[in-house]
Amino acid sequence: MALMNYAQAACMALAESMRADPRVVALGEDVGRGGIFGQYRGLQQEFGAARVIDTPISEATIVGAAVGMALTGLRPVVEMRVVDFALCAIDEIVNQAAKNRYMFGGQGRVPLVARLPIGIWSASAAQHSQSLEAWFAHIPGLVVLAPATPADNYALLAAAIQCGDPVIYMEHKELWSLEGEVPPQYTAALGKARLARAGTDVTLVTWSKLVRAALAAAEQAAEQGVSVEVIDLRSIWPWDRDMVLAAAGRTGRLLVAHEAVQAAGFGAEIAATVAEELGIPVRRVGAPRIPVGYARALEDVSRVSAQMLLQELVRFASSDGRSRSIA
Amino acid sequence: MLASSFAATASPAEHLLSLYRTMARIRAFENAAEETSRGGVAVFGATTDTTALVRGPLHLSTGQEAVAAGVCANLERSDYLTSTHRGHGHTLAKGADATAMMCELFGRAGGTNKGKGGSMHIADFAVGMLGANGVVAAGIGIAVGAAHSVKIRGSRAIVACFFGDGAINRGPFLEGLNWAKIFDLPVLFVCEDNRYSATTATDAMTAGEGAAARARGIGLPAETVDGNDVHAVDAAARELAARIRAGGGPQFLHALTYRVKGHVSVDAAAYRDQGEVNSALEGDPLKLAGRRLAALGVSAERIAAVDAGARAEIETALAAARAAPSPGTAEAYADVQDTGAGRWH
Repeated sequence: MALMNYAQAACMALAESMRADPRVVALGEDVGRGGIFGQYRGLQQEFGAARVIDTPISEATIVGAAVGMALTGLRPVVEMRVVDFALCAIDEIVNQAAKNRYMFGGQGRVPLVARLPIGIWSASAAQHSQSLEAWFAHIPGLVVLAPATPADNYALLAAAIQCGDPVIYMEHKELWSLEGEVPPQYTAALGKARLARAGTDVTLVTWSKLVRAALAAAEQAAEQGVSVEVIDLRSIWPWDRDMVLAAAGRTGRLLVAHEAVQAAGFGAEIAATVAEELGIPVRRVGAPRIPVGYARALEDVSRVSAQMLLQELVRFASSDGRSRSIA
Repeated sequence: MLASSFAATASPAEHLLSLYRTMARIRAFENAAEETSRGGVAVFGATTDTTALVRGPLHLSTGQEAVAAGVCANLERSDYLTSTHRGHGHTLAKGADATAMMCELFGRAGGTNKGKGGSMHIADFAVGMLGANGVVAAGIGIAVGAAHSVKIRGSRAIVACFFGDGAINRGPFLEGLNWAKIFDLPVLFVCEDNRYSATTATDAMTAGEGAAARARGIGLPAETVDGNDVHAVDAAARELAARIRAGGGPQFLHALTYRVKGHVSVDAAAYRDQGEVNSALEGDPLKLAGRRLAALGVSAERIAAVDAGARAEIETALAAARAAPSPGTAEAYADVQDTGAGRWH
């Protein structure tokens, strides 16, 4: 077991991938200096500036060029700093990377990984704080991943680089310094969720930074006699229907929580699927549909806390699940 | 010295006849596509209930053939090319098979793209043609990426990046040219300037001195050429490609031509002056090359034989496309992605 933080785990995965496969290159703003979060630290020293490529602030061409690289034999890993900036490259992600293989009848493959960190980054306000995983899950052709732990940031990044499809890789901006054990030879399969805590009364599905809040809420709920099962989805598309349906079928109640705006968030897809398949009560918790504000008091309105999850879990477990009380 | 081996060995007349043949094939292909699309294309906003064989938007490069023929004569099969929504000519000139292309326009299983792309997304990766693109300027980033990959992999290929005059007003033009320059990449940028951005004259929409001046502003050597004169395009492209192959970095060719047809085949282009169109037709690239061939002593019979050969090739392509089967509906689910394949809901 090795103890490392979330950024170091990603760095280790990328370094190992680059050592094993000369086709793997990394490109983006500031990657040569180690990336603004340290997630590329030491890579340019080891692999050189031709493979760890500092680019201009040209998001559209960073992704566009990565598509051209991927089509012609490389496996680029693209850094966008924050998902908010990737919106400058939305044509290149949605119309080019995602559609190339299909539109051209399978002539080419686009094995690129685009790192688009999500989440509220404290005091960074509206344009550096979004969680847009549902946008990309909506686009055929893309794989969407959201690791919650150092171990998964190591294993999922390695798997993403190998998978051959265009991958939207969504780290969380407030998890970089999170420490955890990364077991030797640890791997994670794309499309497979992780059972983070077993329970019998409510199944709580979440991902990314909220996994920690979910586990804290489950711990407190247990003290109140509510047994909560926590599933870390990890893979937003494809998502692990089998594990979620099996777990929700056992507990009879599903709560989905995410940091993204609740309206039209990916939780709605999971909740609808479970309701359709199992006919059991479902609930969602997400951010209100407002931009993230700067002042702490405003920012906190957008945050989903362990306390909010606890309240929802206890209320949900004690209800018959059919309707909320109007009071 | 370089250019195509053909140019090095053939007489000027034979070389020009070869360029003429490429243009004649493109003209015949697009005439046939236009004919078989009649009734099958929606007039901006209007839907058609049709049995036409070529459906949807059809962007014709009629009158612009010299740019495709002249540039691609200086590319090897292993070189790469990115194109625009108006890409039939580039694709044929790069070496794609006319029958597979026509099958694609007909939406048939034997098409270059298995019937999934149609005219607007025509591509043939086997000859280095990395795709026509429905988004203006989107090929530029892909082209510089392919060139970056060439450099990293130590390949000797170069990349020809075609785009129109409208593309120079999009951000990827600035980003892509800057990228090619700072990384010193083997890209030949070709601005195929047909003077129209969809249905609006580009001139009124473009500040400054235009495409070549913008390229020079980013430090790229830029040449402007009569894009209807295939001899001139070929000579300029030969020089620029040779510079790139010699390690001279990205180069820029601004080819001035004219879009004879509307933006799409059903666009009558009534927004422009007929006198402008008539004078452009006088400068038709096939007519120009025909006159030059005659001056070089090539007989009218030989030129007519090339025209007939081109038409015969396209007739064969049409017959094959008519006979080809439609893709099965299972094809709709193929080549989406490997991870999660089978999960469509």
